[in-house]
Amino acid sequence: MKEVKVKVQNLNVFFNYVQALNNVSIELYTNKITSIVGPSGCGKTTFLRTINRMNDLILGFRKTGEVILDGVEIYDHNIDVVNLRRLVGMVFQNSNLFPKTVFENITFGPKLHGIKDKEKLGEIVENVCTRAAIWNEVKDRLNDNALSFSAGQQQRMCIARVLAVEPDVILLDEPASALDPSSTAKIEDLILDLKENYTVIIVTHNMQQAARISDYTAFFYLGQLVEYEKTTKIFTNPTNKQTEDYITGRFG
Amino acid sequence: MNDPNKNKLVYSTPKKWDYKLSDLLAVNGIRFITGLLLLIMMFVLGKIFIEGSGSLSWSFLTEFPTNNMTEGGIGPAIFGTVTVLVLMILMAVPIGVCAAIFINEYAGNTLWTRIILLSVNNLAGVPSIVFGLFGLGFFILFIGQKLDEVLQTGLLFGQPAMLWASATLAVLVLPTIIVSTTEALKSVPFSQRAAAYGMGATKWQTIRDIVLPQARPGILTGIILAISRGAGETAPVLFLGCAFFLPDLPIGYINMGLFSIPMINPTEQFMYLSYHIFILATQSTNPMLTKPIQYSTTLVLIILIVALNLTAVIFRYKFRRIIDEIRGVSS
Repeated sequence: MKEVKVKVQNLNVFFNYVQALNNVSIELYTNKITSIVGPSGCGKTTFLRTINRMNDLILGFRKTGEVILDGVEIYDHNIDVVNLRRLVGMVFQNSNLFPKTVFENITFGPKLHGIKDKEKLGEIVENVCTRAAIWNEVKDRLNDNALSFSAGQQQRMCIARVLAVEPDVILLDEPASALDPSSTAKIEDLILDLKENYTVIIVTHNMQQAARISDYTAFFYLGQLVEYEKTTKIFTNPTNKQTEDYITGRFG
Repeated sequence: MNDPNKNKLVYSTPKKWDYKLSDLLAVNGIRFITGLLLLIMMFVLGKIFIEGSGSLSWSFLTEFPTNNMTEGGIGPAIFGTVTVLVLMILMAVPIGVCAAIFINEYAGNTLWTRIILLSVNNLAGVPSIVFGLFGLGFFILFIGQKLDEVLQTGLLFGQPAMLWASATLAVLVLPTIIVSTTEALKSVPFSQRAAAYGMGATKWQTIRDIVLPQARPGILTGIILAISRGAGETAPVLFLGCAFFLPDLPIGYINMGLFSIPMINPTEQFMYLSYHIFILATQSTNPMLTKPIQYSTTLVLIILIVALNLTAVIFRYKFRRIIDEIRGVSS
């Protein structure tokens, strides 16, 4: 029962004349966690940002090939980018909360999309914070500046903030790379819980993390998709020599 | 092998007296020049303060000049200055801030935006007297007279007036506002915008809800610096309705039945602090008699500008703190 959520075909991405992704074809499955690994500069983040068209913001971005979400080509001219980014939420490497209160941060998205009722917003905050495993830490401090929390808490708030806009797909760009082990463990638990309701795609540099949490793993190298398999397979019996070298730490 | 210095660190540089001397000269030279500069500034400010504070009083700040400027206060000059500056800000801020938002957020880094920014920076270097002549030619003789023709108002707009002086000062301070706003917008980290876009905010929503609030102290700094620049200018207002002496404040009355509501009349002439100092010193019948008033007027103007600049410093400090807070966490 593998349902394809995002289907990418022959994707090439260029920034000015530098090619960042080379002929990538991949199918990402609904309600699964797919981790994307590979050495720095191999196009992992570019790939991630192609799925919610964040790359559009970068000057000189050009792409060929198809990115299909739920059967719809997201780069079609009649696609509303704003709506797409609502459906495909993104959490960044460094928490980028706004210098506002916790409540304002988490209700930023819902407010943008027209929810004004204070009670409703309160419900949303409680709901997403619970799901992001941060409610107990913020419930008494909702009116504190979000930047006064610890880095791990901030990152979970970022995830809560993304959940508040009710996305289908969640993109995580090295969400735990700047955190200590205990915060990382919390984030990982949280990501595993998210799987039930969302399709999760996570970029990570941490091989153990990929092995622990993901169902599928894709290995990128020099802009190309080298291998894409079930995580159990890729970590025990990779087909490709480069993949084996990378995940065992021989290069990269 | 038995050299006692062998294992010791030798701190002194090789004996090079010329090296030491040039070092000494440079450091002390800089000290001397800095001290000299401070001394000159303190002398000027101190003299103004000592001579000016004597005749400073509430009545001096509010009363009209009397007896050929040798007595009385500077009330109308302060009133005129404040009114003109308020009108200036009302005109310059919307245009300047919108222009900066457009240049920084929408236009992208093209050849055209670079040409526009270059022109804006050049505008900041144009002598203010040129702005005065421009205001006279463009605002009064062109726009004002055309307005009179179209609206059939006789000679109402086509003459020097507060409205045109403020408009000219607005053009004069536009570069200050545009450049400082652009800098403030630029310093909002990209990650903040990315967060908003990532939640499905449109470009305008991102600018309105995230970028502008964070850039606000920086923009305010620019506005305050613009006000203090405008307050210090004399040359542009010279052509544009700045009066030697006016017996009345530039106030008109709007009659509404029983009530008549006083309103500032922007088509009237006005008095201006910096110009008032100029006429006290050079145009009055007896410049020696007006000396205490000259000093006090100068002191008032300096206090006004210093106060404005201090406010700007406080805003800038606040702005830095916000940006540091965001950066400190996200880097």
